[in-house]
Amino acid sequence: MATAHGPIEPEEAVSAIRSGDTVLVGGFGLVGAPLTLIDALVERSDADELTIVSNNIGEPGRGLGKLLRQGRIKRGVSSFFTSNPEAVAAVNAGEIEATLVPQGTFAEAIRAAGAGIAGFLTPVGAGTVLSEGKEEHVVDGVPHVLERPIHGDVALVYAARGDELGNLWYRRTARNFNPLMATAARVTIAEVGEIVPVGQLEPESIHTPHLYVDELVLSR
Amino acid sequence: MTADVRASIAARAARELRPGEVVNLGIGIPNLIPGLLGGAHVFLHTENGLLGVGPRPKDGELEPDLVDAAKQPVTALAGAAYFDSAESFAMIRGGHIDVAVLGALQVSIAGDIANWALPGKDVLGVGGAMDLVVGARRVIVTMTATSSTGEPKIVPECTYPLTARGAADVVVTELSVFRLREGGLVLTELLGDATVDQVLAATGARFEVDLEDRRAA
Repeated sequence: MATAHGPIEPEEAVSAIRSGDTVLVGGFGLVGAPLTLIDALVERSDADELTIVSNNIGEPGRGLGKLLRQGRIKRGVSSFFTSNPEAVAAVNAGEIEATLVPQGTFAEAIRAAGAGIAGFLTPVGAGTVLSEGKEEHVVDGVPHVLERPIHGDVALVYAARGDELGNLWYRRTARNFNPLMATAARVTIAEVGEIVPVGQLEPESIHTPHLYVDELVLSR
Repeated sequence: MTADVRASIAARAARELRPGEVVNLGIGIPNLIPGLLGGAHVFLHTENGLLGVGPRPKDGELEPDLVDAAKQPVTALAGAAYFDSAESFAMIRGGHIDVAVLGALQVSIAGDIANWALPGKDVLGVGGAMDLVVGARRVIVTMTATSSTGEPKIVPECTYPLTARGAADVVVTELSVFRLREGGLVLTELLGDATVDQVLAATGARFEVDLEDRRAA
């Protein structure tokens, strides 16, 4: 799709998120995280029992850390919970479930979901506790783990710049998981730092073509 | 562990790097390496999506969208490139990173690495550690010979949760350098005034000795 209309309010955008949904949230820590959308989800949505797929669960009281404090996260899928000690404490107290995934596998599983790939074999994690319960296959003498795609109901991503169609351009290391997540959910909501007229982004410089983006929201 | 010990380990590890190589540096001792490279130019990769990492920014040049894998502010050198996380880890798994330098809690004599979780502690952060030790063409482990409680870190078998098997190519401590050969880690170099007996006392496993250069400092 593309956005057929201009940007919408963050509160309206997050109404797409329902209780029990799996939400993909971009960012490496807070860098490249859609903080306006996260705030709207925290303040203006009642959706709970959420599965949050994000490299980290924010920081204490910041970003996704706010949602954690509200007790609305049922399960986290991350490569590094440790950057938010409150998330670690919540896991240890049995308040949220945790699925820990090696970071490269995490990225590739999201990419696979957006690319119509039902699974892939990676040597990463083979023979470790993180491959427990997963199929292992020996390929050319090397143990590999069968990893499945990670799909979302809704993706919340951040880009420094977007055009009115929903084409996105990311800045520096704020790109990280955002372009992958934009491809991997039924509904993708992009928060952008600024919106430019169609035609102003160089076609060669567009990182996420607009067909992946359903709604645009301006950062506050 | 004193700053001198950490710097000496980093300095010895820095000498393993060759000009032009693409290198990923872990948190801790490996992060001291950029200041110790002298004229040897390498390209630093950080797994959150940058090839061409430069020094820490000066005051007033802080750029919030530009961090390394430790989420610390960095700069980007001329010729740098940014990419998304899937591509970054494709570089890693695909064998395009020449060297990963990282710390470890334990290394077994077979080169197995345990560096991401303590037994009985929260096993909740792995980051890119597993991808890097599996995918980088050479893996250099930098660590003190013993833990803060005096336990040897080179062991017959890792008792901590594994990161990967047979992944360590070189292990640099304040006492020595070990290299992985057929059959396991071999002591190839003594550092400073260290003796084989000292290395033996600080190592929990039997090992072969094949000293390449007694005075390599």
